[in-house]
Order: sequence, then C-alpha cells, then structure tokens
Amino acid sequence: MIQIIAFYLFAALTIASAVATIFSRNPVHSVLFLILAFFNAAGLMVLVGAEFIAMLLIIVYVGAVAVLFLFVVMMLDIDFAELRAGFVKNFPLGLLVAAVLVAELLVGLGVLKSGAMTLGTPDGTAAIPVGASNIEAIGALMYGRYLFLFEAAGLILLVAMIGAIVLTHRQRTDTRGQNISKQIARRPDEATVNVKPEVGKGVQL
Amino acid sequence: MIGIEHYVAVSSILFVLGVLGIFLNRKNVIVLLMAIELILLAVNINLVAFSAFLHDLTGQIFAMFVLTVAAGEAAVGLAILVIYFRGRGTIAVDDVNRMKG
Repeated sequence: MIQIIAFYLFAALTIASAVATIFSRNPVHSVLFLILAFFNAAGLMVLVGAEFIAMLLIIVYVGAVAVLFLFVVMMLDIDFAELRAGFVKNFPLGLLVAAVLVAELLVGLGVLKSGAMTLGTPDGTAAIPVGASNIEAIGALMYGRYLFLFEAAGLILLVAMIGAIVLTHRQRTDTRGQNISKQIARRPDEATVNVKPEVGKGVQL
Repeated sequence: MIGIEHYVAVSSILFVLGVLGIFLNRKNVIVLLMAIELILLAVNINLVAFSAFLHDLTGQIFAMFVLTVAAGEAAVGLAILVIYFRGRGTIAVDDVNRMKG
C-alpha cells in the first residue's frame, strides 16, 4: 500500500516539476524545478530497488549538472523576456508534435497490454544475484563484463572536460597575472641594489 | 500493484514533455538543454524500470552510461553557450547560422 502511494507521489511530482521546468518564465526557477524532477525520479528508482543509480542521479545531476546550469544562468546577463518572444507562436506546433508522440506511445502500450507482443526474456547472464546488494551486483558486472565500456565512459568524460576547458579558456591581456618562471628565475643580487646616497639627496631607483 | 506499465507511462510523459519543451523554448538554449536532460531522464527511468522488472542488471549499467553522456553533453553545451554569449551578447539561437565562416 505504502509503495503505491509513494509511486504516485513521486510520479506526480516528477511530471509536475517537468511541466514547471518547461513553462516557468525565469530560467533559475526552471533549473530548480529540474532538480526537483531529478530528486523525484531518484525516488522512483529507489522504489524498484535500483539504489545505486538513484544515488548517482542525485550526485551527478543535483551536485554537478544542475549547479553548472545555475552557474551559467546566473553568470550570463541575458534578457529572458526577449527570448520568450516565439513561445506563443511555437505552441500549436509543439502541441501537435507532443500529441502525435503521446498517441504513438499509447498505441505501443495498448499493443503490449493486449498481449499481441511480449517483453523479451533476459538470457540470465546479468541476472540480479540472490543475496548480493544492488551496488555489489552492479560493481561485479561493471568491472567484469562491461569493463571496456566503463573505460570508454571515462574517456568520454575526459574528452568532455578537455573540450569544455579548451572552449572557455582565454588568454586575458587586461589583467596582470603572475609570471611564475620569471619569479623563480630572480636572484637576490639582481633584485636588490646597495646604494650609498649622499645626505640631502634623493635616491635614483 | 505497480507494474512496468506505470513506469513506462511516467517515462513516456516525461519524454513527451521534454520534446514539447524543445519546441516551446526554441530561442532559449538553456531551457533547451534542460529539456534534453528531461528526455534523458525519461530514458533512464525506462531503462531502470525494465531492468528491475525483468531481473536483469544490464539496464542499470546502461542507465549509468546514459548519465555519463548526459553530464558530458551538459558541460560541453554550456561551454559553447558561454563562448557564444561572450562573442555576441545574447543567446538567441535564431542567428547561430552566422557562425559558419
């Protein structure tokens, strides 16, 4: 019983916050609603027993992606009112596409429900082991059968990181940065000069 | 009892909302990227739900890979957005085609 209530609570909140993400006027609100949607989706995943992916969703999305979005939204000084100009104009087309998609998905679900199509049965090579926790089972699979895919995922992240840095890095000429090699190359004898000024006269530096 | 159909329904609704968001916010790249994230979230819910109901962990592994790609895509997309804004002072995507040569 409590499971059913929790499912409907999480599902309704996920969908409601997704709607708010799309429709809210302020992009900062959009990001915050996106975070709420991810939290509730993580709840949905916990309900089916996928704790690891749920926690990963919170760590990756709420901890990194959403903060990145917030950072960019707040850093750029953007006139958002002007950007919403095409909102009403695009509404009928968007609604049409959405309606077509919903109809197609409903047809698919209807075919599944009517029994004309059955879900495939897994071959059992990645079956959830009895007695092992979710994390243990995923770890055994990820560092075994999917090791190369896992390393490829790491490479993708590395490439994304390098790409983001290369794209946004710029050499600034309007600031005076620290020249470390010049600092290290300095010697005491060239840094200080011993002068004996006459009394009453200034020092030429 | 909650079955696979419930999860598929939720993820379909999320997916359609993401597509709708792409159509509605055609000018605002930030919300566009968020709509793409919603679509990827729908896919993830689908993968995890099928993985749990079919007792096969492959879906959860692939949900993790989708998560990886989504994170990389958000990072690179926002970096492109930042340099685009730096050069132009706006993020309206209507005149992105001026970027070609």
